[in-house]
Amino acid sequence: MSKKMICTGNRAVCYGAIDAGCRHFFGYPITPQNDIPEYMAAELPKLGGIYKQTESEISSINMVYGAVAAGVRAMTSTSSPGFSLMQEGVSGIAAAELPAVLVDVQRGGPGLGTTQTAQMDYFQAVKGGGHGGYNQIVLAPHSVQETYDLVQTAFHLADTYMIMVIILMDAILGQMVEQIKREPLDLGPVPEKDWALKGKGAKGGQRNVFSTMLLFPGQYLPYQTRIQEKYQKIKEQEVRWEAAFSDDAETLLVSYGSTARVSLEAVSRARKENKKWGLFRPITLWPFPEEALKKTARGARVVVVEDSMGQMIEDVRLAIGDRLPLHFVGTLMRHQSGSGGMIFPERVYEEVCQWT
Amino acid sequence: MDVNREVQEKLVGFQPKLIVNQPGHYCPGCQYGVLTRLLAEVIEELGIEGDIIGVSAVGCSIFIHSYLDIDFIDALHGRAPEVASGVKAANFGKKIVFTLQGDGDLAAIGMGDLINAMARGEHLTTIFLNNANYGTTGGQMAPTTLIGQKSTTTPHGRRDDVEGYPIHVAELVTSLQNVVYSARCAMNTVKNVNQTKKALAKAMRIQMQGLGYGFVEVLSACPSGWKMSPMDSLEWIEEKMIAEYPLGVFKDETDEAAEL
Repeated sequence: MSKKMICTGNRAVCYGAIDAGCRHFFGYPITPQNDIPEYMAAELPKLGGIYKQTESEISSINMVYGAVAAGVRAMTSTSSPGFSLMQEGVSGIAAAELPAVLVDVQRGGPGLGTTQTAQMDYFQAVKGGGHGGYNQIVLAPHSVQETYDLVQTAFHLADTYMIMVIILMDAILGQMVEQIKREPLDLGPVPEKDWALKGKGAKGGQRNVFSTMLLFPGQYLPYQTRIQEKYQKIKEQEVRWEAAFSDDAETLLVSYGSTARVSLEAVSRARKENKKWGLFRPITLWPFPEEALKKTARGARVVVVEDSMGQMIEDVRLAIGDRLPLHFVGTLMRHQSGSGGMIFPERVYEEVCQWT
Repeated sequence: MDVNREVQEKLVGFQPKLIVNQPGHYCPGCQYGVLTRLLAEVIEELGIEGDIIGVSAVGCSIFIHSYLDIDFIDALHGRAPEVASGVKAANFGKKIVFTLQGDGDLAAIGMGDLINAMARGEHLTTIFLNNANYGTTGGQMAPTTLIGQKSTTTPHGRRDDVEGYPIHVAELVTSLQNVVYSARCAMNTVKNVNQTKKALAKAMRIQMQGLGYGFVEVLSACPSGWKMSPMDSLEWIEEKMIAEYPLGVFKDETDEAAEL
């Protein structure tokens, strides 16, 4: 199956999930992601799947926990306030080491904030918004096609490493329309789920138990050691990023998601004017492409473009060290003061020109 | 079979196959052990040990998987009905899924989860162990704590004008159409233990038949939390708890009930 079509980023989430074999979706309404649960509610029953509308995002994430423990590919989607509500459940899924996929279509915060675009959940997604020392893979698409591809990748990585994978989007990416080629990815085999809760009759009388309270003597440190080894393996094997015009860049913009598109446009303009600008785009926000960024930046002036008050900039500073100049173009550079404000390429260009 | 074993079997009866033989962590006089055994008997008698998945809750039920040899998953505080809904959906409704929850878990932090799971039309079984306090954390006031009952957070006894009234969950859930069966039992006498077993079996059968949600509240002793001896605790259930929480079946919409 390969089909060219036009669709929104939110719809691409649904296509990616369905093409990855996800047949269980648990959703709760919140703007700007409503068209994801709406489409899944309409389509999953036709495919023999199950859509459940929950009474809260807390409920959604806990149903995902139950469903993935029973061995199916399951997911939920939400936007920022709902993502906050889910965090205890996210921590619980990390503790149980279960494969789940969660899409956060970010909106402006804090609190109820806005219903429109922002990139202010970076810390929450990347640093672990819930309690306890855990990590999760965070994938940040920047186009509708990449959204479709990365949702499929998310299910594959989740099953491979027994880990939660977050797709960190924003309202622009969720709502914008682009052409995609709907061609399911062949990502290879994943481990068999012989741990799934199906009743012990399904395993010849041998039962499965998920217990995440680690109170018994000698249990805690071996557990911590094991999950850290897993996180280390992911850091070594699953870092993804992309760079443009970076080989000779004297100024390197670093940006993810929709602002990476904005940044690329600013870089293209600069190149036309013979300015040596480049773009570095992390695709995995965790694991963050530290080494790649360090090598790409070399002696360049670095500028982080993120529609926030400054979050990813901390990881960028850690990656490049304290020798290179580092600047920030963020929410305060939007074109207007209301919730519909956006950071436009012209503004990025002008801001960066000040420093170069 | 040696003589001691024979005598023992006559005294305490058989041990269900599903009981895992290992020392328990429950306090002396706690009735989680009784309930675990009843569940083991019911699951064996219904022949569903290969098709049942339990969801344990934060509180003293969290380690029930150590003693009852079936598939288990633990839930975050209050979330057992949601986790159970997920497990049930992932098995496309084909397995038996139950939750075992205490009163802090079910009636405080998890009340919304329970009511919504019932309202959503889930076919699950919830066993609600009501011991009128937060036992695991050391005996704080629960929504089910009686008026006048001392707890570590009501040191002079619960007052209705300050902390409100005890909540009657078995009656409360009867207004939900999907709830087919709701009963309250106790385990303070042999008769009541037998009654509890019957209610548990019924609540499981309702799910097996796909009729709807089955709910069983079980009054249970917590000598550590109550700061009483095990024997005094049983008497306190008889005199105080049953007076506040009457035993009985509050809703039964099965055909069996119609026939009676």
